[in-house]
Amino acid sequence: MNLKLKALLKSPWVFHVATGSCNNCDIEIIDCLTPRYDIERFGMVLAGSIRHADILLCTGIVTKQCAPRLKRAYEQAPKPVIVVAIGACACSQGIFKDSYTATVPMDQVVPVDVYIPGCPPKPEAIIAGVTKVIEKIRKSS
Amino acid sequence: MKNLLYFLIFPGFLFTAICGLVASWVDRKLTARLQWRVGPPWYQPFIDILKLLGKETIVPKGASKLTFLSAPLVSLASVTLVSTIVWMVDLNPSKSFVGDIIVVIYLLTIPSIGLMIGGFASRNPLASLGASREMKLILSYELPFLLAIIVPIIKTSGAIRIGELLTYQLGNGLIVKNLSGMIAFFVVIFVLQAKLSLAPFDIPEAETELMSGPIVEYSGAPLAIIKLTKAMMLFTLPIFLIVMFLGGISTDGINIVWGISKYIGLLALVSIIKNTNPRLRVDQALKFFWGPLTVLAIIAVVLACMGL
Ligand code: SF4
Repeated sequence: MNLKLKALLKSPWVFHVATGSCNNCDIEIIDCLTPRYDIERFGMVLAGSIRHADILLCTGIVTKQCAPRLKRAYEQAPKPVIVVAIGACACSQGIFKDSYTATVPMDQVVPVDVYIPGCPPKPEAIIAGVTKVIEKIRKSS
Repeated sequence: MKNLLYFLIFPGFLFTAICGLVASWVDRKLTARLQWRVGPPWYQPFIDILKLLGKETIVPKGASKLTFLSAPLVSLASVTLVSTIVWMVDLNPSKSFVGDIIVVIYLLTIPSIGLMIGGFASRNPLASLGASREMKLILSYELPFLLAIIVPIIKTSGAIRIGELLTYQLGNGLIVKNLSGMIAFFVVIFVLQAKLSLAPFDIPEAETELMSGPIVEYSGAPLAIIKLTKAMMLFTLPIFLIVMFLGGISTDGINIVWGISKYIGLLALVSIIKNTNPRLRVDQALKFFWGPLTVLAIIAVVLACMGL
């Protein structure tokens, strides 16, 4: 495994993309930063700008308004970048499946690396999901 | 050749970079502990820099490429130069040259100016807004900073060499032990906070409104350089103030422990101020610096002239 990837896995900066969520998943993401969960232990910090991001935490059904924006946000992030779909909405459009604003599931817009189901998922589940994808990349390389 | 070695390895780039990254870890860990968290492991800042060097570098469309990419380098070079000058003099006061205080004061503003130029060059509205706030902040803190820096110069009857200041403090006690020195040091601590753009003066970077301000478009290696510059500033600026007010860091024998504890104390103070204060608006910061702090600095200058 090369040094570049090793460093990336040790310091993944997360960026939060909300694509029409009910805001509950977003609050659970913020929970991960609280003293109880403290993801800075793994070197993760919440990046303010998409240009600093290594992991995109995406929540919500991809609405008509958000689909092109999500795609653009993905394109703006410097590669390599990992995409995490958080919540039932992001995984499979959840309870808003038949909504008039729903478009396509998230993984048809951007390549999703890990799905974290739950409505909303617990902070433990989010942390477990992210660490799992890190493990997966570490093993596969 | 030898000077290049001083600049690149000790006490220049390599030494300052390592110390700065360790200092930035201390700051992060202290922040985490103050917020009742565990915090990152000690090697985290090094890994961050390594990771950023490996990431893709994006130059935004329509940005001025040369300016955008060279602005961080200018900042890095100037902070390295400051560190080299200050440490060379601290290790050997006779190496000081006439006017090096003035050179250091000029060079200390260049990292902020580099950040500003980079922000304007990136053609991002948030970055321009951050850069203009940075400019206003520079205008506000430079006045009390210069006034406060004049105090030690008056005390040593007009020495504009850092070496002379050090030898004076060795003979006559620390500058900060006088009343005027104490007031000036108090002023300078707030300026330190603003120069490092930490809360309550992290106005240019306001990540909640401006998403990290001037550096919003930077990614990859240039971002690594900016982060490194910030870490090095966190090391260099307190050292400069220690040399000016607290008698420098002497390296003979057990004294080095005392020297290091001076630095750690100042760093902890900076970190605690950062963690216990909300962010000010830019007009409030201007009022604060040009109002109470400038008055205090003028009082310190007058007291110093009277010999207190
Ligand atoms: S998964 Fe549930 S909690 Fe999350 S955004 Fe959708 S509806 Fe809200």
